[in-house]
Amino acid sequence: MSALDIERRQFDTLVIGAGGGGLRAALQMSEAEANVAVVSKVFPTRSHTVAAQGGMNAALGNVMPDNWHWHMYDTVKGSDYLGDQDAIEYMCRAASHLVVELEHAGVPFSRLANGKIYQRAFGGQSRDFGGEQAARTCAAADRTGHAILHALYQQNIRAKTHFFDEYFAIDLLKDDDGYILGAVVLCIETGEPLIIEAKTTLLATGGVGQLFRTNTNARINTGDGIAMALRAGIPVQDMEFFQFHPTGIAGKGMLITEGVRGEGGYLVNKNGERFMERYAPHAKDLASRDVVSRAIAIEVREGRGCGPNADHVMLKLDHLGPEVIKKRLPGIRDMAMTFAHVDPIDTAIPVFPTAHYTMGGIPTNRYGQVVIPFEQSAEEAIPGLYAVGECACVSVHGANRLGGNSLLDIVVFGRAAGNHVIEYLKENRYHRPFNDSMAEEAMQRIGQWQKTGEGESVDSLRAELQKAMEHYCGVFRSKEVLTEGVEKVRTLVARVKDARLKDQSKIFNTARIEALELENLMGLGLATVECALAREESRGAHSRVDYPERDDERWMKHSLYHANGHIEYKPVRTKPMTVDSFPPKPRVY
Amino acid sequence: MRFLIHRYNPETDKKPRMQEYTLADINAGDMLLDALFQIKEEDDSLSFRRSCGEGVCGSDAMNINGRNGLACITPLNSLKEPIEVRPLPGLPIVRDLVVDMRPFYHQYRSVKPWLTVHDPEPETEYLQTPEQRDQLDGLYECILCGACSTACPSFWWNPDKFRGPAALLQSWRFLADSRDQATAERLEELEGAYRLFRCHSIMNCMDVCPKGLNPTKAIGNIKKMMLKHLV
Repeated sequence: MSALDIERRQFDTLVIGAGGGGLRAALQMSEAEANVAVVSKVFPTRSHTVAAQGGMNAALGNVMPDNWHWHMYDTVKGSDYLGDQDAIEYMCRAASHLVVELEHAGVPFSRLANGKIYQRAFGGQSRDFGGEQAARTCAAADRTGHAILHALYQQNIRAKTHFFDEYFAIDLLKDDDGYILGAVVLCIETGEPLIIEAKTTLLATGGVGQLFRTNTNARINTGDGIAMALRAGIPVQDMEFFQFHPTGIAGKGMLITEGVRGEGGYLVNKNGERFMERYAPHAKDLASRDVVSRAIAIEVREGRGCGPNADHVMLKLDHLGPEVIKKRLPGIRDMAMTFAHVDPIDTAIPVFPTAHYTMGGIPTNRYGQVVIPFEQSAEEAIPGLYAVGECACVSVHGANRLGGNSLLDIVVFGRAAGNHVIEYLKENRYHRPFNDSMAEEAMQRIGQWQKTGEGESVDSLRAELQKAMEHYCGVFRSKEVLTEGVEKVRTLVARVKDARLKDQSKIFNTARIEALELENLMGLGLATVECALAREESRGAHSRVDYPERDDERWMKHSLYHANGHIEYKPVRTKPMTVDSFPPKPRVY
Repeated sequence: MRFLIHRYNPETDKKPRMQEYTLADINAGDMLLDALFQIKEEDDSLSFRRSCGEGVCGSDAMNINGRNGLACITPLNSLKEPIEVRPLPGLPIVRDLVVDMRPFYHQYRSVKPWLTVHDPEPETEYLQTPEQRDQLDGLYECILCGACSTACPSFWWNPDKFRGPAALLQSWRFLADSRDQATAERLEELEGAYRLFRCHSIMNCMDVCPKGLNPTKAIGNIKKMMLKHLV
């Protein structure tokens, strides 16, 4: 099939991905009467935002005094000083307003006795720039992501956003002047490609947790948008920073929210010792995620793990009492009973650090515009292209994201990008000319999987990649191990062209979708392991045993990985919008 | 472990058939979804929806040994062999275990499932007491998997007219919300013989809901509110 024969649709603006980021952006644009198409490979409420549990940070001060500036400090510190401080200031200042907006949109937040939104403590939160524990995380029990995603979808129905449900995005359309003009997508139900032309395209496709064998992520989290950007010639930023959540159910990976520790739960090793007291005397179990994950890994490595294989630790919450657990943590109680076969009301949950969140992604500024180095400028916007949420790297999370900041990130920058698109549409009233050659590469990618005959299976290649990433690019890393990892992943990437699909049918062919996802995973796996090898320091989630210290002189910079393997670097934006910057200092909890 | 799985590919099959698979190497403590993944590794043509794998996204509702449920939270050891897996009943079949959910989503949208407030917006959150908020428990947790509506005989007979348990649960979720001000409109929309009143309290919905929600009760509450509203 040539691009000429493909059906074409035109919209003012295209959003790829219908999680919280995509839906918040779409809502902003639909309410401004832009003609919005949202493409999602799953029905919107199946997007992975639905699985977010603990909550969303905002210095509402409903429980105790709080201040957006303290939130900003915590976020900069949490990022291990790799976060961009202008974007962090913007996010933390906007947070309270945006929580209120969500509440008005219908989100059923839990409530305090005075009728205000309930807030709980979360990791890495402090009052007064590193003082006592704050309680900043607005929660709807432990189903906050579900509550937010459904409310945003409901508001989009009201605003008459146009949805393309179960369409898979293949590649971006780009013209010779570098403008992004939409995307080639595939209708999963019919198997037919479709060209969606749009004056702007916003990527909100989420993270790439499926790179790792044990992860907290949905099967759909294959980094599609990040990989599309990489193929469109955009370097991807800070991919070496991948968050391991301290408390995935051991051996299985399902997430147990940090809110458990926020409500008073804590970790113990095989001796029943509350070991976080040794690693973070002040914040203890509510230290940053990277700190807690490393502590658990060390406990297990040094033989203090629990269970017959001494391969996990226990998360204890029975002392909270059945009332608190049923009221505040009903979802994780379900999860623990279903997958760990324990009722946390009387038994601790076995947990281990589990791949959770992609800090890196498509480089953007705080308007959600995708930016790349060009001539003298470190950050030149690509006309017509935006990215928000986990697929983007603004970067508000830097080297380590704080719990409760990802739901915040998606609504803040979803809305900001929506606003910027509205302005862009005023300046760019007409569609730029489309030409068939723009869709050629995408069609070739589809065609590649129509080859028949003997070949490797997509499943086995993905399993090998996930195993390799876990083995070579986990919580602790070193030059020796990463060098092997790069070799291994390169070999796997090369083998993709020899893989074959047995199923060549068109209608709802999920094997074909998984093949296209595999290509995305492979490209990003290589980016991650290459950038991890290149960064010779330990910062946030990137922990090198051969370079155990943070090295601000050489490495306080963002990495940018190009599809050809070249890595360049750009400075961290250390200057906030209005306040003084927070200069790097030793990070203790 | 033996499985009988509903297969239908409209491109090649004249009619649906049940295909048998045997998995020698599967842990009985695993979930049905794990078994489906293993089968798909052998036979990549088997098509089904899935995403989160932990019962929160609602993708993988299917009919398991005659009963609707989510494959990802249904342990194999709770099932009698051979394990028969079919698509959700009452909706058009797209392929294998994939049904066309459009009629279901249409009913959901029809109840205008969004918070509606006519008063001017305050600059802070709307206040809601914990007791008022408690009214939403058991309602807002719905994951739109479709297990309930497709287990409901009233929905099978009138999928175009009867809103079905899932949509009505959502309707009650907003009627029960102390912040919502569209009570009259919501009730009016449900008047007539079909949209609400086709529910005959058969309670299949409650029986199959993988999240333990109770649409029958919600429907009863709407009926009660409607009566009160009329007098």
